[in-house]
Amino acid sequence: MSEGERARLMEEVEEKKKLIANIRNKPWRMKRRLKHLKEAQLFVDKFEGALGKGKGRKLYAYKVMMMKVLMGLPYGSIPRKTVPREEQDTAMDYSVLTDFNEKKRNWCRTYTLHKCSSNFKTFFTLTHHGYCKYSVLFYGYYNNQRTIGFLKFRLPLSYLMVGIGTFGYSLMVVIRTMAKNADVGGGDGEDSEFTFAWKMFTSWDYLIGNAETADNKYASITTSFKESIVDEQENQKDENIHLRRFLRVLANFLITCTLGGSGYLIYFVVKRSQEFANRDDLGWYEKNELEIIMSLLGLVGPMLFETIAELEEYHPRIALKWQLGRIFALFLGNLYTFLLALFDEVNAKLEEEKDIKNASIWFMKEYFANFTANNPNETGTPPPIEPADVIRGPCWETTVGIEFVKLTISDIQVTYLTILIGDFLRALIVRFLNYCWCWDLEAGWPSYGEFDISGNVLGLVFNQGMIWMGSFYAPGLVGINVLRLLTSMYYQCWAVMACNVPHERVFKASKSNNFYMGLLLLILFLSLLPVVYTIMSLPPSFDCGPFSGKERMFDVIIETIELDLPSFLGTLFSYAANPGLIIPAILLMVLAIYYLNSVSEAYKNANNELKKKMQMARDEEKNRRNNKDSTNQVMKDLEDLLPNRSNLPPPEEKKGQKPKVKPGAAGNAVNLQKDVSLASVNPNARGPVTQAPGPRAPGPGNSRGRGQGPPPRH
Amino acid sequence: MGSKHTTFRDDQLDEYQDCTFFTSKEILRLHGRFRDLAPNIVPMDYTNNPDITLPSSVITAMPELKENPFRHSIVEAFSEDGKGNLSFNDFVDMFSVLSEMAPLDLKIIYAFKIYDFNRDGFLCEKDVEETVHRLTGEELRPEERRLVSQRVMEEADLDGDWKLSLIDFENMISKAPDFIR
Repeated sequence: MSEGERARLMEEVEEKKKLIANIRNKPWRMKRRLKHLKEAQLFVDKFEGALGKGKGRKLYAYKVMMMKVLMGLPYGSIPRKTVPREEQDTAMDYSVLTDFNEKKRNWCRTYTLHKCSSNFKTFFTLTHHGYCKYSVLFYGYYNNQRTIGFLKFRLPLSYLMVGIGTFGYSLMVVIRTMAKNADVGGGDGEDSEFTFAWKMFTSWDYLIGNAETADNKYASITTSFKESIVDEQENQKDENIHLRRFLRVLANFLITCTLGGSGYLIYFVVKRSQEFANRDDLGWYEKNELEIIMSLLGLVGPMLFETIAELEEYHPRIALKWQLGRIFALFLGNLYTFLLALFDEVNAKLEEEKDIKNASIWFMKEYFANFTANNPNETGTPPPIEPADVIRGPCWETTVGIEFVKLTISDIQVTYLTILIGDFLRALIVRFLNYCWCWDLEAGWPSYGEFDISGNVLGLVFNQGMIWMGSFYAPGLVGINVLRLLTSMYYQCWAVMACNVPHERVFKASKSNNFYMGLLLLILFLSLLPVVYTIMSLPPSFDCGPFSGKERMFDVIIETIELDLPSFLGTLFSYAANPGLIIPAILLMVLAIYYLNSVSEAYKNANNELKKKMQMARDEEKNRRNNKDSTNQVMKDLEDLLPNRSNLPPPEEKKGQKPKVKPGAAGNAVNLQKDVSLASVNPNARGPVTQAPGPRAPGPGNSRGRGQGPPPRH
Repeated sequence: MGSKHTTFRDDQLDEYQDCTFFTSKEILRLHGRFRDLAPNIVPMDYTNNPDITLPSSVITAMPELKENPFRHSIVEAFSEDGKGNLSFNDFVDMFSVLSEMAPLDLKIIYAFKIYDFNRDGFLCEKDVEETVHRLTGEELRPEERRLVSQRVMEEADLDGDWKLSLIDFENMISKAPDFIR
């Protein structure tokens, strides 16, 4: 055999081998594949032997099998091994809920840092005069010794640092998540090219085997189509603008009234609770009235907002954003009124403290006097006063902590009761009374409860805000919340499966969950404010808590710097704290923000330009293939100006080579042009289509093929 | 291992392994499923490649396909005679393409064929309307369905002939983020 023949044969053998390797990727019928496979294998066996390779198919099969084993194919496929796209947007915002699991873990860590062993039994019986007040759940438990224990653990310092550190850590986590979401989701891109087409061809889930799931899927697809149709029609609708505007103004006015009303109600209840504090014969309701009212407002408010919002007739996505914004405002208003009322109380307690300070000094003196009077012969110091007898100051921090814990507990209670009554009982009634009722309970009112995703997510966000605020004064609150999250997860999971139907409007407030993250960030910031304010400006109680006896809470840090750290660090810090240094630093940061902002705007503009270019290129292709004139006026003018018409692109056939239209096709696994045998009805009747369909002869009188404009001017 | 040998010869199993994305174990399991659909018709012994086909009504009753609105079209797309009668070869082929190991472009070709209800090689407006109809049942009004199919045509049709060819379809689908079946 000559060299050339040998080389050619080897090439053919290689080709056949490649065919064998890729035969499963070809869109052929099984019979055809089997036939070609056999042919190829015979060819390879015959000629590989002739070419002296000897081992032939066995080695090849061995190589293929090794590859399969290495890639794990028999025991798992590549798609199964790659990490699923966790940020895959689904119609339901469940992914947001998983972010909170991380938060849970975060809190667990800080909780154990306090080395607490909480008394869980008693927190359900919280009252002003209960035992819990003195447990480790609250601020007042901690002593103000500078270091405790054998390892000289600096309790006060650690308390402060952990308190502030959790805020800092939470800030970092939230912002990092937001940045990641913005990166992946590409922002709130609603301008997609193929909305309808994708909805049509990719919305069905081919793994569905359950009839009920299929029904749900049909419903959600229908809703999704309806929403897009509404979108389309909104652009073509024009209505009575003035009526709409008037209605919107009216709705906003009503809502502002509601917000104001709720704020006033809370203020009123707080004043009442201050009066109650002076009485002793309080029932359960009076003691917890404030918290119950707040939770109920949080329940009733959103429903009210939704009914009023019917007046406004916004697009559902926009309406959802408005709704969430209003609920947010409601919560904020309530919380801040609550805080203001609390501050009143704190100030009152601070006043009281002064009196008690004097009183306790007198008490001590009297105790000593009594002791020496009763035991005149003893010298030395008298035994310490029984702890239970010591007059205590009104520990305002613990009061604040107690209020937050009560708020959380009543929130839990209201939530659970709502689910029980609003969802479970309702489902029971609808299911069983339906048989003996005049109208169809399931289809009309009341029907089953819907699982309101946005409402639930907001509830979680607010809960987290309360925890952030309260955990500095009641460290055990974190533990309580973790328990609450755990139980509530299982409880709500059961409730959803048993009593709820999917929400009718299946769309999200924001594509990438950044909306909720933004809310979370805002709440974090707002909860940070009161805590930092109290740390910086309110004096701690004189006899309770880790900072007792100091002027301000952050004196602990100063003390540590002075006593524990080497002296040059102290001077360094004192320089750093100079306003002359801090103000330029702030200015610098402001400038950096401005700069980064302008850079990102520039990028956005560049992006838009590129998109426009791509769109133009696509339109041009379309027009050229249709043999129409360019629709772009600029291009048309340019064409008219061109003196020489032979500058136009060469003629193309209709379905011919289009490599540039397939930017996303993977490799050359499938050769589209040649093997479109599936398009035919009876593929066994003909062989593979290897030539482009249709005659190539140019049309009559058109000697230069397609893709031309008007005939050249002379 | 005794009973398995009598279903297929070793070289048959090898060939199937080369032609599909399945391993021999999975192929044998598929054969079991195929047989379960009609134990009286499908023989246990396939060593001499009997030419047995099962009608489409039997195949579409499988739990995996039962709820799929396109099940008839799927079965027809993989059948040799175009009427939905599947031999074992076609059966294996169908599941091989629908499995998660098949590459995207292969699935695109078959998806195109599945959605092409009138089998003319293009997705014309009627095909698209039929797809919408199957996905939404009677929930949408006829004019809404027509609006949807018109918008789809506008979005995806590149060469302006008011039909979607395979090229158009492929161009549109390969950019979709949800196209992972």
